[in-house]
Amino acid sequence: MANEAIPRRRFLAGAGAAGTAVAAALTGELAAPEAAEAAKKAKTAAPAKAPAPEPLLTLTATEAAFISAAVDTFIPADDLSPSGTECGVAVFIDRQLAGAWGSGARLYRDGPYLKGKPEHGYQLPLTPREFFRAGIAAANEWTLKLHGKEFDRLSPADREAVLKEFEQGKVQFEGFSSKQFFEALLEITMEGFFSDPIYGGNRHMAAWKMIGYPGLPATHAEDMKTYFGKRYDKPPQSIADFS
Amino acid sequence: MATKLPEVDAVVIGVGWTGSILARELTKAGLNVVGLERGAKRIPGEDFTIPSVRDDLKYAVRQELFQDTAIETVSLRHSPSETALPVRRLGAFLPGIGLGGAGAHWNGMTWRLLPSDHNLRTHLTERYGAKAIPEDMTIADFGVTYDDLEPHYDRFEKLCGVSGKAGNLRGTKIEGGNVFEGPRQNEYPNKPLIQSMAGSLFEGAAKSLGYHPFPGPASNASAPYTNPEGASMGACVYCGHCERFGCESNAKASPNVSVLPVLMADPRFSLRTHAYVRELVYDKAARKVTAVRYLDTRSGEEFEQPAGLVILGAYTFNNTLLMLVSGIGEPYDPATGKGTVGRNYCYQVTSGVSVFLQDKVINPFMATGSHGMLIDDFNGDNFDHGGLGFFGGAWIQGGTTNGRPILTRPVPPGTPRWGRAWKEATAKWYNHAFFINCSGANYAHRENYLSLDPTYRDAIGRPLLRMTFNFHDWDYKLSAYVTDVAVKIAKAMNPTIVGTPLPRRGNFSVIPYQSTHNTGGTIMGTDPKASVVNRYLQSWDADNLFVMGASTFPQNASYNPTGMVGALAYWSADAITKRYLKSPGPLMPA
Repeated sequence: MANEAIPRRRFLAGAGAAGTAVAAALTGELAAPEAAEAAKKAKTAAPAKAPAPEPLLTLTATEAAFISAAVDTFIPADDLSPSGTECGVAVFIDRQLAGAWGSGARLYRDGPYLKGKPEHGYQLPLTPREFFRAGIAAANEWTLKLHGKEFDRLSPADREAVLKEFEQGKVQFEGFSSKQFFEALLEITMEGFFSDPIYGGNRHMAAWKMIGYPGLPATHAEDMKTYFGKRYDKPPQSIADFS
Repeated sequence: MATKLPEVDAVVIGVGWTGSILARELTKAGLNVVGLERGAKRIPGEDFTIPSVRDDLKYAVRQELFQDTAIETVSLRHSPSETALPVRRLGAFLPGIGLGGAGAHWNGMTWRLLPSDHNLRTHLTERYGAKAIPEDMTIADFGVTYDDLEPHYDRFEKLCGVSGKAGNLRGTKIEGGNVFEGPRQNEYPNKPLIQSMAGSLFEGAAKSLGYHPFPGPASNASAPYTNPEGASMGACVYCGHCERFGCESNAKASPNVSVLPVLMADPRFSLRTHAYVRELVYDKAARKVTAVRYLDTRSGEEFEQPAGLVILGAYTFNNTLLMLVSGIGEPYDPATGKGTVGRNYCYQVTSGVSVFLQDKVINPFMATGSHGMLIDDFNGDNFDHGGLGFFGGAWIQGGTTNGRPILTRPVPPGTPRWGRAWKEATAKWYNHAFFINCSGANYAHRENYLSLDPTYRDAIGRPLLRMTFNFHDWDYKLSAYVTDVAVKIAKAMNPTIVGTPLPRRGNFSVIPYQSTHNTGGTIMGTDPKASVVNRYLQSWDADNLFVMGASTFPQNASYNPTGMVGALAYWSADAITKRYLKSPGPLMPA
C-alpha cells in the first residue's frame, strides 16, 4: 500500500467515485448499462449516484476489490453477458465464503496435514474462507512487489497477465501454489455465474441466457419430441419464479 | 455404556437398495426387522419437490445428499509402500447418506452382467489358458452363474420398472436390443425412453461402423408403472437432474419410491434414522454376530441392538470397515496374499471423448440419468483379447445425462478457460456438443485393497478405511483401446470438431468425478480362504451375518453395479428365507 494515495477502506467506502462504482458493481445493484456508465464516470472522477451498497457478509473491502477485479477478468462484459460483478458473482462469492461451505462444511479437517500428491486433492488445514483470505493476501503481495499495485488497481491487460501466471502455477505462495488458489477462484466464479440466481450470482439469468439453458421447471417429456434437433426457445426461469 | 435393547429377529444396517429389499423379504417371511440408517429420513414428496429439487449448486456441487466427509471419509495411497492421506472432500466418488442411500441419487443404469463376467476366471482360463492371466491379477468367479441369477435380475428389473429393449429373449437375438446380453426370460418392464439427439447421432454412427447400438437399460420409467410391490412410478419428465438429485416425479426407481412405501407401512419393520453403527458384536467361538452397537447422532446415546440375524447392507466402504473394526474374518495382506477382508478392491476405468457438431441442436438439458445409446461390442469378452495385454472392456455410450451448466459446458480443445474467448466458445458450443462415455472394467490387482488407516480417524473415533489403489498397466491398455473406438464413432458422425480423447492415464486422482462404483473388500466366492462371504452372501465366519452390495464383487465389470447388487440381494434373500431360517447354519460347507 506504500504508494497508494487513498487508503483502501476510504476508497471502497465511496470516498472516490471509483469506489462507489466498484461497490455498486459488486452488489450488482446497477443494471448493466448503468454500471458501465458508472464505471466510465468513475474514470473521469465525476460523482456517480448509486443505491447504498449491499453490506458484505465476510469479505473485507480489500478482498472485495480483488474478487471484483478477478471475476470481471474471468467474465468481462460483452455482447454475450454483463460482467461478472454485474451478474452478482462477487456477491455470490461473499455469501458462499460467509456460509457453511466457507466455514469448512463437508471438509475433513483432522490432521496430520501432509503435503501429498496432486491426486490427493485438497490437503490444507484452511477452510475455504481462510484459504481465500490467504490467497488474496498472497496475490496482492505479489502484484505489489512486481507492479507496485494491488491486483484490482492493475490495468485489465495486466490483470489478465497476472491471472495467466497464477493459472500456470508460476508463483509459489506461502503454503500453496498460485495455481491452487487460481483454480479455487475460477471454480467459485463459474459456480456463481451459472448457479440459480437465488444465491446472488447469475443475475437476471444472464449466464443461462448466454448459453440457452432454460433452468426450471425442466419438465421436458413433450419437448423431447417437439424440440428434437430444434433450439428450445422459451425464456429461462429460476427457483425464485416458482417460490 | 451402551443401552441394551430387547432382541429382534433381524437388524439391517443401512437402508438403501439392499437393506430395503432384505427388510422387505424378511418381514414378508414373518420376521420383526429393525432398519438402522445413519442419515436422515427422506420422503420423496417432502424432500424432493419442485422448485428446490432443481438446485444445481446445492445438490450437484455442494453435495447435499452425499456422505459428509467432515464426519467420515476414506484415505488413499497408491501403493502399499506409501502413506495414505485422507480424502478431505469428495470428488471421484460420491457415496450416499440418508434413507435410500446412493439409491436416492443414482442415475438409474440397471445392467445384468454378461454370463462370462460371472465366472470370469474360469471363462478366461478356458478361452486363453491359465498362463494368460497375469499373476498379479487376482480376479475370481463370483460363485454364482448368470443362470442362477437370471430370475433375480428379472425381479429387480420389475421392482425398478426398467425401461429398455431385450436383445436376447430366451436365446433369440433381437436387433435393436443388446445382442451380447445373456438370455432373458422376459422383456424389460417398460419400453425404451424417448431418444435424444445425442443418442440418435451415436446410434447412426455406431451402425455405420457395423456395431450393435441399443438403448441403455434405465430405471427411469418411460411410462407410468406400478411395480410388483404395488409402488407407483410416474413417467420420466427428462429434467436432466438425475445424478446427484432426488426425483420429484417418482420416475427414477429408488428404495424410497420402489420399496419403502410398502415396507414402512408394515408393523414388523421399524426404521431408526440417525443410527450410526459403530461395530458388530462378534462371538467368534459361536460363529455369530450377537448384536449391533450404534450411536444415535441426535442424542449421542449408544445402543446395543441384539438380533438373531444381521444384514450388513451399507456402502462398499462401510461394509468393509465394519468387518475390520469388528474383527470378523482375517484382514487381507497384499505381501502374503493371505487373509480376505479388504481384498480385491476395484473401481471403474472411465474415459471418453467430446464431439462438437455445429449444425446439430443437442438440447443437453432434456435428459435422464441413463439416457443414450450404447454398444457392447467391446465389452467383457465379446471380442478377442488375444495379444491385447488386457481383459475386459467397456460399454461405450453416446448421450446426455444433463445440461446443468455449473459442471457441463463443453468447449473445443484449445479454448481458454476464462475471458472473452472462453465466453464466446461456451455460448457457441453449449448446445452443439456432447460426450461419448466409456465405462471400463477394473480387474482386481493384488495390491489394490482396503484396510484400516493407522493414523486418521472419523468423528466417532474409528479408524478411517484406507484405500490402497491405483490403475495398472492393463487398465491403461483397456482404456486406450476402448477410447479409440469412441473416437472412431465420434468421427463417423462427421462432426465439426472431435475433442481431445481422454483415455485414463496417470495415478488415480480423488479430484475429478469418475464413478461411484467402488467394489470389493468383502468379496463372495466358494473358497473361504479367498472370499469373505459364500455364494449366498453369508459370512464364512459368522453364520447369521449376510453382507450385501458391491463390496461382494470379486472384480468390477464394466457395468454400473446396481443391477447385479439388486439381483444378489434377491438371490441371498431367497436363500435366507427358504433355507437359512428353517435351519440356521452355514449354507455351504467351508
